[in-house]
Amino acid sequence: MHYIPNTDADCERMLQAIGVPSVEDLFADIPRKMRLRRALDLPPPMSEAELTRHLRSLADKNADVDRYPCFLGAGAYNHFIPAAISHLISRGEFLTSYTPYQPEVAQGTLQAIYEYQTLICQLTGMEVANASMYEGASSLAEAVLMAHRLNGRSQVLISRAVHPEYRQVVKTYTGRLGLQLHELPFTDKGATDLRKAKAFLSQETCCLVLQNPNFFGTVEMLEDFAEAAKAKGTFFIVAITEPISLGLLKPPGEVGADIVVGEGQAFGNHVSFGGPYLGLFATKEAYVRSMPGRLSGQTVDRDGKVGYVLTLSTREQHIRREKATSNICTNEGLLALAATIFLSLLGKQGLRELALQNLWKADFAREAIAGVKGYALRFRGPIFNEFVVQVEKRTPSEVNKALLKQGIIGGFELGRFYPELADCLLFTVTEQNSRGEIEALAEALGEIR
Amino acid sequence: MKETVGTRGLQFNEPLLFEQGSKGRIGSSLPPPDVPTRRPERLIPKKALREEIEGFPELSEPEVVRHFTRLSQWNYGIDVGFYPLGSCTMKYNPRVNEDMARLPGFARLHPYTPEALAQGALQLMWELERYLAEISGMDRVTLQPAAGAHGELTALMMIRAYLESRGNPRRKVLVPDSAHGTNPASSTLCGYSGVSLKSGPRGIVEPSTVASAMDEEVAAIMITNPNTLGLFEEHLLEIAEIVHEKGGQVYCDGANLNALLGIARPGDMGIDAIQFNLHKTFSTPHGGGGPGAGPVGIKAHLAPFRPVPTVERKGDRFCLNDDLPQSVGKVRSFYGNFGTMVRAYAYIRALGPSGLRKVAERAVINANYLMSHLKGIYHLPYDRFCKHEVIFTDAYQQPHGVSTMDIAKRLIDYGFHSPTIYFPLIVKGALMMEPTETESKETLDQFIEAMKRIAKEAEEDPELLHKAPHHSKVTRLDEVRAARQPNLRWRPQSKEVPEVPPGALKGEGG
Repeated sequence: MHYIPNTDADCERMLQAIGVPSVEDLFADIPRKMRLRRALDLPPPMSEAELTRHLRSLADKNADVDRYPCFLGAGAYNHFIPAAISHLISRGEFLTSYTPYQPEVAQGTLQAIYEYQTLICQLTGMEVANASMYEGASSLAEAVLMAHRLNGRSQVLISRAVHPEYRQVVKTYTGRLGLQLHELPFTDKGATDLRKAKAFLSQETCCLVLQNPNFFGTVEMLEDFAEAAKAKGTFFIVAITEPISLGLLKPPGEVGADIVVGEGQAFGNHVSFGGPYLGLFATKEAYVRSMPGRLSGQTVDRDGKVGYVLTLSTREQHIRREKATSNICTNEGLLALAATIFLSLLGKQGLRELALQNLWKADFAREAIAGVKGYALRFRGPIFNEFVVQVEKRTPSEVNKALLKQGIIGGFELGRFYPELADCLLFTVTEQNSRGEIEALAEALGEIR
Repeated sequence: MKETVGTRGLQFNEPLLFEQGSKGRIGSSLPPPDVPTRRPERLIPKKALREEIEGFPELSEPEVVRHFTRLSQWNYGIDVGFYPLGSCTMKYNPRVNEDMARLPGFARLHPYTPEALAQGALQLMWELERYLAEISGMDRVTLQPAAGAHGELTALMMIRAYLESRGNPRRKVLVPDSAHGTNPASSTLCGYSGVSLKSGPRGIVEPSTVASAMDEEVAAIMITNPNTLGLFEEHLLEIAEIVHEKGGQVYCDGANLNALLGIARPGDMGIDAIQFNLHKTFSTPHGGGGPGAGPVGIKAHLAPFRPVPTVERKGDRFCLNDDLPQSVGKVRSFYGNFGTMVRAYAYIRALGPSGLRKVAERAVINANYLMSHLKGIYHLPYDRFCKHEVIFTDAYQQPHGVSTMDIAKRLIDYGFHSPTIYFPLIVKGALMMEPTETESKETLDQFIEAMKRIAKEAEEDPELLHKAPHHSKVTRLDEVRAARQPNLRWRPQSKEVPEVPPGALKGEGG
């Protein structure tokens, strides 16, 4: 086995040094009853060439976004990934290190995390960001738990225009801790109903949760909700599943968000069939000690030289055990690094341009599809790169099947999560979708009878 | 004296991203827009639009590449050298797995792709579930948890839902005092209060301790096997019987499964649920702190409570199934850390049954080899054969004023990563070493030699150790200052922002 250096002869010498005749003696403490007395029933070993062939054959059965024009988003976004990212994150010093417990030999990881924290703060308009969470949905659940820790209230007010999977995860995390979830409806514009929010909010409301742009792609008017929440001492939590939008949209921190969470996959990480992804988490300085997750902080060494360490770890499980702010340990370090490199490459100008292209293309596609007979825009509010289309004659699933025959992966069928939108498709358009693809989509939609 | 691998390499100074570059630089290129361009305020209300992002990087591609390359050179990874960080299983990460996870058919596959067009991905997940079930002796596996601690939480949720279905979720979870900190933290997050169990004199949990703590309010025991002392929990079957008798469940923290591959299976030890750390046992890279993946193996009675969706096979088609009425719900978006699963799958297929068994045997030989050579030079609190890792302490060096921290830092000068230190908490001044199977005898010999020299230095020149490391980019860092005066982000110099925000220092101690 080429991953294991020691030969039988090496082992023989090592066993001699240990003072036992055979490796069996080292397992003598495992009672017979607990031993496996047969070989594992698994496929036989493969050489690297065989393995590569086998995995290629599995990969080839999948319709990837490089081979098919794809209009799916809904929490996972196909953006261009500059080549430098893969090369840099593949450097063994990054790839094969672990949590920087020994800061003297992990300054690379620690400085990169500090830079990542800064970038996330700049983008979200918040004061502190952690080193990452698992992904967007569990990050949101942790945000709700944090709000609960801070104000002790148990009513969670969450918009139905928040990603349905995120809402499900919040429910899973909070249900057994006695928190109650209340859902806010959306309006004809596809935005969260502000009046209903105001009517519900009280001194009992722990937090108000909105997504921006929301699950239907609509840009929410966050300020109004922030004010309403603030008036009741309620935490305002904003979730972002498409962070490229931050190149253009006002940072939630500027309009009064207390906690900003989200999905950082779009920052230089592959869609990868849903994971690994990157949980974003940012808040205000005043709450930093209630925050989950790791933090890199700047300090100095014995010679006064600037360096970085993991800090405020008294919040964390390895110190605080059952009193920790979260149980999170391993996070998504390498994806945070990819995001840091992505944002460095795009920079101030590139991120704005990228966001603009998403906006323009989605607007172009929205107009194009709205002009096709048999399709109508379900909502009319401002959007970033996603929008909802109502299918008038066929079912969304029939439409998608017909599109697939043309080699196009269509939109997300909203009926899966919203019975009242069973005739609707959510289309996502990014810079990866060319004008030609968008026109082909509109044309194919028009041909479906 | 023979030369050691530790040396002072070229180390460049490199400022923060934000302190370099200049206005107008860019490190990426976009195709020119092929659709009509419009002023954003014509599409989105102005009040929802942002100003320029203050302080954001303005760098060209070569600057970015050099920046991160320099940063990488300040890091120690398995590719660089021996990384005996106990309980983290820092084994070699096969490069072919990286290439496989990046195949467009996997990396570029959208999670909402119609099932018929994602058959290869679903097949891989379905097969990986079966491989993990066979390796662990469990009936089913959920692949969803994103990391070990997430797996613990998911397993406790399933246990809670199972107990609830039988009438009472119960209140307590028993956790041995040698457990990883994630165990008690996961219990709390699942609404349980943790009860600490004392390990016995031989370093393992004694059935009598469990029996006296066990009652009808105990939902589960969380037990790590082999435990964090590197010892096999010999009484596990008996302990499981005691717990089951009172209607409790046995959860195994599977972080240390590497020592048991093909030798013994948790499912044959009375265990009801166990998490796998794919980034430990199954060689997926640790990435500077993730991504990991923490699938959970369960016995059949817990299967109805798995998170949704599950991956099923119907005839020759694979599909996702959301129809699990008793499910705990969703624990994350989509289906799990798929890219990590691809790597673990490739690892299992490369090794096969014989290779996996060899992994366990060679990992255990390596750990015992370290033990046999360092015994007597360092204090060995549990003097018996170990499994995947061995624990020493600084008890022999303390009389010279030398601590575990000093030893750990001095190892850096010799070119090695430090072991896990001061853990498990029950061993004073612990040095927890896990060599893994992917280290050669020569590397272990070099490490042993370094440890011996450090023991000698401790007697002859303690000051040398107090000041270590001497060859690293930075010397020991002021962690107290970092915690007391948190500086967690860069800010533009021109702005007078106080470094210590008022109020941030109140509350819990630093």
